[in-house]
Amino acid sequence: MTAVGAPTGISQGSRTRGGVGESTLRPDGVLKVTGAFAYASDMWHEDMLWGQILRSTVAHAEIVSVDTSEALATPGVYAVMTYDDLPTGVRHYGLEIRDTPVLAHGKVRHHGEPVAIVAADHPETARRAAARITVEYRELPLVTDEASATAPGAVLVHEHRTDHHAAHVPHPNIVHRQPIVRGDADAAAGRADVIVTGDYSFGMQDQAFLGPESGLAVPGEDGGVDLYIATQWLHSDLRQIAPVLGLPEDRVRMTLSGVGGAFGGREDLSMQIHACLLALRTGKPVKMVYNRFESFFGHVHRHPARLHYEHGATRDGRLTHVRCRIVLDGGAYASASPAVVGNAASLSVGPYVCDDVDIEALALYSNNPPCGAMRGFGAVQACFAYEAQMDKVARELGLDPVEFRRINAMEQGTLMPTGQSVDSPAPVAELLRRIKAMPMPPERQWESSEGADVRQLPGGLSNTTHGEGVVRGVGYAVGIKNVGFSEGFDDYSTARVRLEAAGGRPVVTVHTAMAEVGQGGVTVHAQIARTELGVTQVTIEPADTRVGSAGSTSASRQTYVTGGAVKHACEQVRERVLDIGRRRFGSHHPAWAGAGLLLEGGKVVTDGGEVLADLVDVLEDEVIEVEREWRHRPTEPFDPRTGQGNGHVQYSFAAHRAVVEVDTELGLVKVVELACAQDVGKALNPLSVIGQIQGGTVQGLGIALMEEVVVDPVTAEVKNPSFTDYLLPTILDTPALPVDVLELADDHAPYGLRGVGEAPTLSSTLAVLAAVRDATGLALDRTPVRPEHLTGTA
Amino acid sequence: MDFLRPADWEEALAAKAEHPTAVPIAGGTDVMVEINFGHRRPEYLMDLGRVGDLAEWEVGEDCVRLGAAVPYTRIMEHLSAELPGLALASHTVASPQIRNRGGVGGNLGTASPAGDAHPALLAAGAEVEAASVRGVRRIPIDAFYTGVKRNALEPDELIRAVHVAKADGPQQFSKVGTRNAMVIAVCAFGLALHPATRTVRTGIGSAAPTPVRAGAAEEFLNAVLEEGGLWENGKIVTPSAVKRFAELCAAACDPIDDVRGTADYRRHAVGVMARRTFTWTWESYRGARRTTEGAV
Repeated sequence: MTAVGAPTGISQGSRTRGGVGESTLRPDGVLKVTGAFAYASDMWHEDMLWGQILRSTVAHAEIVSVDTSEALATPGVYAVMTYDDLPTGVRHYGLEIRDTPVLAHGKVRHHGEPVAIVAADHPETARRAAARITVEYRELPLVTDEASATAPGAVLVHEHRTDHHAAHVPHPNIVHRQPIVRGDADAAAGRADVIVTGDYSFGMQDQAFLGPESGLAVPGEDGGVDLYIATQWLHSDLRQIAPVLGLPEDRVRMTLSGVGGAFGGREDLSMQIHACLLALRTGKPVKMVYNRFESFFGHVHRHPARLHYEHGATRDGRLTHVRCRIVLDGGAYASASPAVVGNAASLSVGPYVCDDVDIEALALYSNNPPCGAMRGFGAVQACFAYEAQMDKVARELGLDPVEFRRINAMEQGTLMPTGQSVDSPAPVAELLRRIKAMPMPPERQWESSEGADVRQLPGGLSNTTHGEGVVRGVGYAVGIKNVGFSEGFDDYSTARVRLEAAGGRPVVTVHTAMAEVGQGGVTVHAQIARTELGVTQVTIEPADTRVGSAGSTSASRQTYVTGGAVKHACEQVRERVLDIGRRRFGSHHPAWAGAGLLLEGGKVVTDGGEVLADLVDVLEDEVIEVEREWRHRPTEPFDPRTGQGNGHVQYSFAAHRAVVEVDTELGLVKVVELACAQDVGKALNPLSVIGQIQGGTVQGLGIALMEEVVVDPVTAEVKNPSFTDYLLPTILDTPALPVDVLELADDHAPYGLRGVGEAPTLSSTLAVLAAVRDATGLALDRTPVRPEHLTGTA
Repeated sequence: MDFLRPADWEEALAAKAEHPTAVPIAGGTDVMVEINFGHRRPEYLMDLGRVGDLAEWEVGEDCVRLGAAVPYTRIMEHLSAELPGLALASHTVASPQIRNRGGVGGNLGTASPAGDAHPALLAAGAEVEAASVRGVRRIPIDAFYTGVKRNALEPDELIRAVHVAKADGPQQFSKVGTRNAMVIAVCAFGLALHPATRTVRTGIGSAAPTPVRAGAAEEFLNAVLEEGGLWENGKIVTPSAVKRFAELCAAACDPIDDVRGTADYRRHAVGVMARRTFTWTWESYRGARRTTEGAV
């Protein structure tokens, strides 16, 4: 079903086999499909112990006492540690604000917070010993929403805040608040012919990566530790781990182990410090693996949100103003909340032209589960609301929803609410045109010669309808996502590239600390090296901390930034090898003196294709190795009062059309087709690009219809920490996913590429919901939409 | 936890008599989840994997004797003609991997109201063959479910087989989950027409503390079919009667609000499924009558 059409030719190859633009296959693909890939949870070490965490059973309480004596007395137990056993004065960690205790101290702030850790010679022994630790709690009042967070006399989730946001927030239970004011929304509202308001509620989504948190810490002879870990950013982990252990960073040696998905959920630490503490305490290797239940408590989730929007428009369909207020629930610890707030605020209007805006986004501290990074990072919640609003305004104006979007679509040069000019292609109208022009799936697609095919109907094999009550709906949405780290963050990557001759052939080795979490970075980096150095044989070394930081595998940034670093390092290698060539062979051919020499097919060639020398002859015994840091254009912080500033590096855009069948009596939904058009600047690996778009699209579908971590509003306990009750789309829930890829180069980015991974998660959700609204006529102001919401039985 | 591995049925019964707390395990699709999550730590686990005849079935003149450990996959593949309702229900159980291991005995042993087999067994009027060192008895399915996750088995008894009458008329099964495959039931409904006895039987899953029949609804519908001579003349059942039947099925529910769905939704959905499954089976019955008459 995958259609690829692009004005610039998506599958253009390079002149070196396996280079940029080719759909080279992933080195880990077959291993993963056949079950042979070694994930972090598969690691084993002789004499290793198993670590186990004891987590809080209540959401907010003082810890009156912790009794570990019975656990310590359990045969097979080597160590039990609590806050008091931490080796140094640094006992907290955090991505931006170090507010998270390694082990709870004095109080617990959310259900499932780590209180104590155990190491034993068998995982079952460790679990039992942990269960024998007695913790006495005195429960405290709960902060669960904005009202309870900011009520007079509200209990403070964190007392005595000293972080850099504390001074500018209106209440200590607000992590960070970002207003954006541009133009004059009040005056603009006076010009509006229609004003539409809406209140929306967005549920808590889990990353639900299939490989749970796991790692193996091995104590070193030098008093340091080797940590093999599934993570998204080795060096960020390292910065947080080493001080707690009281070790210099060079004695905490980290190596990436097999990562089974991430989606933002591995940006924060999970058991990294715990495993190292137990290994250093016992002098033995310690392995820790969460099971699925614990995984739901072991990482941050996507922020649930409440969003209030007001849109105004003139009769001819032009937006006059947007006012909005986005309240994100950050849960008990800050994690990435401040940056999520910045994203939600700055992207809150969507990919539209609107000069008069009044925006406020904030994240709460509460006793709900901590929330942080997840694919789409604040932009997802905003898109859910602004696109629902765009449909509402269009209906109010009697305009076609796609036409209304097209009228207001931003383009290159449009100013964002932050005042930043979008200075690369922004083909919003074109994406909408393409998505609308795609052929529609046939009506009553479930009918076959043998009657109704239930697999094609809502309910699927559960056999709930043979066509009764089924109504089709169609919905459209488009979204905007930033690429890379924003707001002045020094977002760089490091790459080390080596070129040498081995066995009569030139070979390249690329070493970065980039976390391959399934996104395909290792494939793309090899392609870049082939293209830049004209060498087919490229080896990607395992990611570890022996090389400089590659930044996070998030924010759709790895192909851009670490890819940029690999490209940059390759260019330096190329200059060096050409220098050697000039020295050795310069007198043989005048072209050596000219510019524009290339490396292709293992040879030095002129830009006219004339071969000057074999690389192996140039190199002889020389090994050329270059390590370089590479940065994208710098960004600026947003002004704390007006939100103005060039805060983002790059924007990416995707549009979706959803076609659904709704069983209007049972409230069950079958998504028939979810088509996407996305601009990727340049597809370095078209197959991977389409995979990213399809994966993000399905993750967005999950938000729309089923995925939600349900937190009890009274106890703040997680109600569904299992795959029995936290539902992910199965293949039978996954529709045909036609993809139309546009390649309009961003001249600021390597090869003109645009980060791909997140944009498709934004508009997918709202397209599905818009289609369900179209089928049912219901307002549907929350996500996920469950059967009870469609049948008036909620 | 001690692990018992009886070599045959006699050893299994003896072991169960000696250790009445022993939890039997066959496919393990339910028991292992509970153990892995720490919800259950039985003193003894009894593996029935070596008791071969539990995975066998016999198709008799009127009845199928279905071994307790016959995997759902087998039921789908081999018994869809004899036990159409149970075969449809089997199709909705979890994933192919689970269906390859799980069987009806596990559903009955756990007696969770969410077990997919229950509505079909209730609608078909099955009997559970329970055995102990004291002997063998057959427990009518209507008397089997005694409370939330409780059943009529004595502590020394094991489920050996289920006896289900071969379908004498159309049967249907519907289940609502929040996704289109591999989902635990929010609620489920089974319905079987029994032309031989001129009766309709129902089964409701996940909408009461135990799997239940909609007794009043069945009586109402039986009367409608009888009074109109509909079993004989094959006429349509009036929409108002079908609607009333559906309402009575919904009224037979005693559901709760939980993370999977609201009580109101479950009641509503059972009504919709009752109406649809009856309509499908009755249309099928009428169609079959016409075909038969045409052949004559």
